[in-house]
Amino acid sequence: MASGTAVHQENFFTKYLFSQDHKMIAKQFLLTGMFMATIGMIMSVLFRIQLAWPGEGFAVLNFFLGDKWAPGGVLDPNMYLALGTIHGTIMVFFLLTAGLSGTFANLLIPLQIGARDMASGFMNMLSYWFFFISSVIMVASLFVESGPASAGWTVYPPLSALPQAIPGSGMGMTLWLVSMVFFIASSLIGGLNYIVTVINLRTKGMTMTRLPLTIWALFVTAILGLLSFPVLFSAALLLLFDRSFGTSFYLSDIYVAGEALEYSGGSPILYEHLFWFLGHPEVYIILLPALGLTSEIISNNSRKPIFGYRAMVGSILAIGFLSFIVWGHHMFVTGMDPFLGSVFTFTTLLIAIPSAVKVFNYITTLWKANIRFTPAMMFSIGMVSTFISGGLTGIILADAALDITVHDTYFVVAHFHIVMGFSAVNAMFAGVYHWYPKMFGRMMNLRLGYIHFWLTFIAGYGVFFPMHFLGLAGVPRRYYTNSEFPLFDGFVDMNVMMTVFAIVGSIAQFIFFFNFFYSMKRGPKAPQNPWKSNTLEWTTPVEHIHGNWPGALPEVHRWAYDYSKPGKEDDYVAQTVPLEDGETDGEH
Amino acid sequence: MAGEATKAIPTKELWGGGRSPFSVSYGKMMMWLFLISDALTFSGFLGALAFMRIKYADIWPITEDIFYHFPFVGHDTHLPLLYVALMTFILIISSVTMVLAVEAGHRMDKKGVTKWLALTVLGGAIFLGSQAWEWKTFIHGTDHGSYALADGTMAIAMENGDLKMRDGSILTGTEAQNVKETSKFVQGANLHKNEYGLQLYANFFFFITGFHGTHVLSGVIINLIILMNVRKGVYHERGHYEMVEKAGLYWHFVDLVWVFVFTFFYLV
Repeated sequence: MASGTAVHQENFFTKYLFSQDHKMIAKQFLLTGMFMATIGMIMSVLFRIQLAWPGEGFAVLNFFLGDKWAPGGVLDPNMYLALGTIHGTIMVFFLLTAGLSGTFANLLIPLQIGARDMASGFMNMLSYWFFFISSVIMVASLFVESGPASAGWTVYPPLSALPQAIPGSGMGMTLWLVSMVFFIASSLIGGLNYIVTVINLRTKGMTMTRLPLTIWALFVTAILGLLSFPVLFSAALLLLFDRSFGTSFYLSDIYVAGEALEYSGGSPILYEHLFWFLGHPEVYIILLPALGLTSEIISNNSRKPIFGYRAMVGSILAIGFLSFIVWGHHMFVTGMDPFLGSVFTFTTLLIAIPSAVKVFNYITTLWKANIRFTPAMMFSIGMVSTFISGGLTGIILADAALDITVHDTYFVVAHFHIVMGFSAVNAMFAGVYHWYPKMFGRMMNLRLGYIHFWLTFIAGYGVFFPMHFLGLAGVPRRYYTNSEFPLFDGFVDMNVMMTVFAIVGSIAQFIFFFNFFYSMKRGPKAPQNPWKSNTLEWTTPVEHIHGNWPGALPEVHRWAYDYSKPGKEDDYVAQTVPLEDGETDGEH
Repeated sequence: MAGEATKAIPTKELWGGGRSPFSVSYGKMMMWLFLISDALTFSGFLGALAFMRIKYADIWPITEDIFYHFPFVGHDTHLPLLYVALMTFILIISSVTMVLAVEAGHRMDKKGVTKWLALTVLGGAIFLGSQAWEWKTFIHGTDHGSYALADGTMAIAMENGDLKMRDGSILTGTEAQNVKETSKFVQGANLHKNEYGLQLYANFFFFITGFHGTHVLSGVIINLIILMNVRKGVYHERGHYEMVEKAGLYWHFVDLVWVFVFTFFYLV
């Protein structure tokens, strides 16, 4: 890595498939993530159709699922459970964990800290290929005879532990677990690389307090992954033993079809503890990169320094720390000691503080700014909006007393889809629009970007906002049909509306796909620094080269947020520009 | 924060990449980080053990009554936990030899590295063999067997036909006969049964020591590969023995984890 001028002989395979160049690996992650997300999105439309018009036949269901799972176009209940499970798994893990972190950590870490590549290019490649294998297995599990895993994305035992429980507990569940083993390996290898690269390979002058917030967020994200995924691995391994070798870690005194099984003494609550010890940090593994990307984009497009850089870093660290001591708030109804419940309520409410710091800093950055409304900026502001509206319901759910009444209703679905799903997807779109010129050397179409944003934003709220009302009325999540209970008849129209929005929102994504692939070949050529940005990635040539910078590595002299600095000719000052006499760096 | 101070230092003297703030190579740092994550995997298992231990505090089997065998001294000697203590000692000694191998590496003493690394491999192999023997003894169980009672405890079948309960009391005659007729007779232990008490105890024993044993096995294999490379002179040519150090980090970790397993499974 010492010299960036070495000539690399590359053929098709080493350049596009088994590449060890972080920029190519980032694109691989992005494309795989987009592919998986499309599957997840179509699944959500399929089960939304069932929820809006329960029991009615639709040719589209039959087209996607065939006669076995949608006879006469009516969704099979087992397939309904499977669709929900795989939709959740794909969106949480494949799109928003690997897709988001994998893309932007790989693309931005070396470029923004001034490194030639990741610490270990080989392990980076390995990380992608483990993710790829994991994706292939997950997709393959959709086609097994007994159907894909159906125990919900959290795969609670006993449904996940007893192969004979429901059709989806069979081969599909086994493949789900195998896929996750590869996934965990991939995220571990990737995470090791990200952390070590940020610590070890920063260029001259790039101190930790000069790092762009994107890097801080991705760095802390990688640490969270490193600490939480191993515990999911423990949980999954114990589950695998219960499934395959007849141990009783999670199982106790169970009757299937009137027959007592040979398990004794285990507890499914144990699984929930282990799972949510990962599960809650996982929420921030998804959110922190999203917050990091928006910090950068909002500051850049506001043409103002980010408000409270140190507070932003502090809140990232605080969120990272707190995320490990709140997992109990997922388990308020498991018979938890009320005192323990109040402790988890307290720690969970604490997270509102750093989250609010971030939100207020975004708003104060936007305040009186000369805002440039690029599609990336629109999505970033959209992310701030969804982070607020989803975060507020988080305060309700954090309180044990309130949570118990809305637990496992659509209120919860509304909360996490807005605060985690919708926010992170917004940020991911923002990131793609913003760094597309860096990735592909061309600009995306603005007009299509705006259309994509407004359709996505309105449809997103249209789908998820009404869920609050359903939840408060007591409609339980995960139910195959809402028409069985006369109590919920009043919500039929609302369900239809949500499904229509879901269909519109999904179709809108194809505008994005078109824009994405069309611009790759036909978009206008990108200038070197299209957004007039300060960070180092825009000092590299537009054509990608191995080693990123043709000559010596750039030297960093200031923080990343010198926008509209008084006394400067331009409204931005790149990090590579030396400080003038008497000029202070950063927000000192 | 430190505006004036930062300005006073010329940028050229600030740390400038290439060499890390911790002065370690990326490979060694990755090994440390991997070990942190692996430690959390073990924490997951030990946490699960603690969860069940507390849940069944009253009827958890007493480890001293299970692991009291010692090889080559016959079946009847009662030496509680002595053999597992010896195993632990051997494993810790193998950590010492690993340290000496790393130290010899710093001096570029190829012969020394070879010797100490070979001893480390030997220590690991003895530990693995001992563990296999422990498993065999546990799986085989006692000669007499036990009856599983409804409350989850066991009644030990004594030679004279009496039953010894968990609280030490003895059931005799028709009382014992009644219990025998209504309870299940268990001998030995595996993933589905456990004559010493809770089935979960056996589950955790096999799972945790097995998972640790897998780590020891991979450690022994890694050490062997490194040993062959040392003998071939790979690291001598490279000019440093950092690979030995990295393998050493892993080996120490495996030993340290065993100390926790020993404490939480056997002693507590």
